[in-house]
Amino acid sequence: MLPVLTPVDVAALWLTLKLASVVTLILLFIGTPLAWWLARTSGVCKSVVSALVTLPIVLPPTVIGFYLLLAMGPNGWVGQVMQALHLELLPFTFTGLVVASVIYSLPFVVQPLHNAFSAIPEPMLEIAASLRASPWDRFFSVALPLARPGLLTATVLGFAHTVGEFGVVLMIGGNIPDQTRVVAVQIYNHVEAMNYAAAQDLSLLMLVCSFLALLLLYHFNPTGRRK
Amino acid sequence: MIQARLQFSRGDFSLLFDETMPANGVTAIFGASASGKTTLLRCIAGLERAAGRLEVNGEVWQDTRFFLPTHQRRLAYVSQQANLFPHLSVQKNLQYGLSRTPQRERKVSFGQAVEWLGLEKLLTRDEAEQLSGGERQRVAIARALLTSPRMLLMDEPLASLDSAGRSDILPYLERLHKELQIPVLYVSHALDEVTRLADHLVLLEHGRVIANGTLHETLSRLDLSIAGLDDAGAVITATVAQHDEQYHLTRLDFSGGQLWVSRADALLGSSVRVRILARDVSIALLPPSATSIGNILPARIAEISALGAGSVMLRLTLGESQTLLSRITCRSRDSLDLQVGQNVYAQVKTVALMI
Repeated sequence: MLPVLTPVDVAALWLTLKLASVVTLILLFIGTPLAWWLARTSGVCKSVVSALVTLPIVLPPTVIGFYLLLAMGPNGWVGQVMQALHLELLPFTFTGLVVASVIYSLPFVVQPLHNAFSAIPEPMLEIAASLRASPWDRFFSVALPLARPGLLTATVLGFAHTVGEFGVVLMIGGNIPDQTRVVAVQIYNHVEAMNYAAAQDLSLLMLVCSFLALLLLYHFNPTGRRK
Repeated sequence: MIQARLQFSRGDFSLLFDETMPANGVTAIFGASASGKTTLLRCIAGLERAAGRLEVNGEVWQDTRFFLPTHQRRLAYVSQQANLFPHLSVQKNLQYGLSRTPQRERKVSFGQAVEWLGLEKLLTRDEAEQLSGGERQRVAIARALLTSPRMLLMDEPLASLDSAGRSDILPYLERLHKELQIPVLYVSHALDEVTRLADHLVLLEHGRVIANGTLHETLSRLDLSIAGLDDAGAVITATVAQHDEQYHLTRLDFSGGQLWVSRADALLGSSVRVRILARDVSIALLPPSATSIGNILPARIAEISALGAGSVMLRLTLGESQTLLSRITCRSRDSLDLQVGQNVYAQVKTVALMI
């Protein structure tokens, strides 16, 4: 039995994909240098940043959402800055959702990248330096290609985790069609309306898609298969 | 000329190096483990930030307020591990440094490097990781040379190889020695490698320089710790003078005499290096008549030094400039009543020929 999707469901799906894509892209841009820095430094600074980056894994999403709501609201410091710049307040907007998701999914991108970068032997980079490669050159020609499995894992996990987000969205995004109503919220709506069949269709779609994504990741990612 | 005045410390270890090394030929940095050999090489490469000054053939690489990062120093670095890039094919590995070397600075061509290190058959390999240890190291050396360096730094390039891998590479290293017109710093703790490859020797102990001189000179000094090593010995440079096919022997001539060695695969008239271990040289006061030892050389005792454990080391001069070391027991010294300045006969049991 194929799932039957209403236009509202399709809109929610589309919004979810859009959100996850944008967030993943931003996360790769932020997470890669951050993970690189974490893999190459030591000291108190590294511990503090590591702890902060990992925080979203252990905190209930509602706690993150709550603090973000406070910060981004009209009386919060982010809100104050936005207002001073004559910009729209972030809560209950797509942009706000993007910002929140970036924070929420950050550890899922930084962790695999950090592991991948840490596994690159230092002598490999030193040899590249002796072969006249500048620091940037070494990063792009040696570090990134060697970290490719980690990069792939980070992309898939970052994307999947953003798709699966619910608590944070509810706290700061609400339930606005085409703005913040993502699939997870839409499923909740269906259940609230006692429309279990519709909830089942969307849920099954999510389940199958997520499983396929992870299956592809584990099947094609060469981690641990090195001879 | 390489002028280095470098100071580096980490934890308990400190390195103090203030030496001049020749502008061409191979300089061996020799010492026990933890003597600071590798650290010295890393400081010269700019991989460690040492304080001081470094000048290589007129080019200042670092000074009190100036530090050229590794990628701007025109050097090649070969370490114990080949460190080939696993994501690149053999060909791409070789081209890594070459493509980053500006056209006008290129002195070594791709074909040359491939030929020098015998890589023709390896070029089609996609996965660098499937090569044998010796093959990997040869690719790594060629890759380093393709940056047309002004100096080659080698940190125990044979240490991680088995004996098959070593003998795979040594002939290539010896050939480089002849082909390259740049200084080579060769870190090693294996005396046989050093005597085979180096022209010059710097001896390090606990981060300090104990000796710095030509190979012949340093190896024949009895006051250095090298003399106490089991495989201590002298090196003689000789010319291939005659091949005797009947007895399967080769005659080598040098300024202080001649040596017969087993038939060597070398051209007549070519210059070879032979290493004669101190334990293989015994002493006779009169020319022995009935002996199975084929090489008997007239020599003069120049120095006698106690080694401990009942043995002494003799430094013998042959002719004008050649030196031989001989390790004998204290008892032999006393029964023959050997004195400095005495003329004796050195009997050489075996000779290791290095081509």
